[in-house]
Amino acid sequence: MTDWKDDVKNIVCPGRIKVPYTWSVGETGSRFFVALRDNQEIWGIKCRACGKVYVYPVKTCPECFIQTEEWVKVEDTGTLESFTIVHYSHSMHPFKAPLVYGLVKLDGADGALLHLIGNVKAEQLKTGMRVKAVFAEERKGSIMDIKCFAPA
Amino acid sequence: MERIAVVGVGQTNYERSKEDTFEDMVFEAATKAISDAGGEIGDIDNIVTVSNDFWDGRTISSMAIQDAAGSWGKDISTVEGDGTFGALYGMMRILSGSFDTTLVVSHIKGSEGVMNLITNAMFDPIYQRSLGIDATSSAALQARSYMEMSGAREEDFALVSVKNHGNAFNNPYAQLPMKISLGDVMASRKISEPLKLLDCSPISDGAAAIILANERGIKRFKKAPAWIQGVGHCADSFNLGYRDLARSRALKGASLKAYQMAGIADPLREIDVMELYDAYSYMELMWYEGLGLAPEGKGASLIRAGVTAMDGELPVNPSGGVLSSHPVLVAGLARLIEATLQVRGEAGRRQINGAKKALAHGINGPCGQAHCVFIISV
Repeated sequence: MTDWKDDVKNIVCPGRIKVPYTWSVGETGSRFFVALRDNQEIWGIKCRACGKVYVYPVKTCPECFIQTEEWVKVEDTGTLESFTIVHYSHSMHPFKAPLVYGLVKLDGADGALLHLIGNVKAEQLKTGMRVKAVFAEERKGSIMDIKCFAPA
Repeated sequence: MERIAVVGVGQTNYERSKEDTFEDMVFEAATKAISDAGGEIGDIDNIVTVSNDFWDGRTISSMAIQDAAGSWGKDISTVEGDGTFGALYGMMRILSGSFDTTLVVSHIKGSEGVMNLITNAMFDPIYQRSLGIDATSSAALQARSYMEMSGAREEDFALVSVKNHGNAFNNPYAQLPMKISLGDVMASRKISEPLKLLDCSPISDGAAAIILANERGIKRFKKAPAWIQGVGHCADSFNLGYRDLARSRALKGASLKAYQMAGIADPLREIDVMELYDAYSYMELMWYEGLGLAPEGKGASLIRAGVTAMDGELPVNPSGGVLSSHPVLVAGLARLIEATLQVRGEAGRRQINGAKKALAHGINGPCGQAHCVFIISV
């Protein structure tokens, strides 16, 4: 018996979910972004129990499970802990490939900040290298107020 | 504690761009599991579905497939995460005393959305997402951190890809059986350095289901039970920068709990076969260390020595693993199904002779943030 489907292609229903969101950055995040935007300063938050300094700042220490309260200014220089050169492009990327992501441990922080690494040649990249924040000229109070980290 | 067994398993083929709908796939996996168990839908007391709204592109994705899971008139609830966590929850629902049997079913159609956009959205919208990071580029950061810590080389990662794609030839459900050489992996296209195309798992569609039962519940089915001897789960920090990316303390925590429950002191010697969540080649080596099969930083020595090959002391991923088919959310449940088939002696051409005790592993979150480990034996 021949099936009618033998001659017919399956139908695809194309769709797109477009929902705008307005996520509150909160009190802790707002302080961080205001310092970044207005003073080109990077601030972390310190846990009074374990002494760890978190950048980006967190309202609660994930290890001690208590509120963090003490703000400390960290340097805009740091050490590259890991990096990757991305060779594909998608619409979520801020610009076309190649792009470089790095985990940067800022001087004065206890962990690394994920960000873009720029003004750098592929062969220059290596873990342990010193980098420094390049601030965006026009700053709006977002993580992109740091344009990237570049070799120090 | 009451003993819980896997009494039925079912999976679809894993492939890219399946024509089947979510409902088609869920119905196929669920009915296969019920028929494998030798029971019927009336034997199922409650159902756990595993799905993700963003992957499915609809709000409350679980609602759409409930009928296909046989849920009419039953208690049903949902896990959004890897299928191993669905199995864990299904087990807990029985342990609560409310039910004697659970059907756990998971589905995904990775090919219908855009993996990079969807996994970009698992990162923090305020501090990370606008950078464009996704599952693959974050995994690449972890791969390099692991290389720095361990001294493992890209060639070691390539050996995992060669082994697992080769094993996939013995698994009729696998998507990408491939006879490839170390040179092929090394020469494959750069994706996110140090990861190359053949270090990365594919985009896959598929569904899988298992039936869990306690000692009362197993009497409803014909199939001999495979008992869960141990289970453990543990999560690490969400923020990549504040997690030791090179050492998985969450897997260490999860596996130690599972070993303790199963009475295992030396996993390398006491476990016969393992199915691990190798979303990217390097992960398998890291997971060896997290599972205590090799000292920290020495995972590569196992793959180099062939310990985890099909004919090795402890074969890992005889199914071809996640590198050969990566139905997200389903993949961990598929590992548990593979482990069950192994201890039943029903794994066909991928059977490890005399396998009595098997380990299945699943991960959730970026770079293996959370881990779930099952130990199973007949």
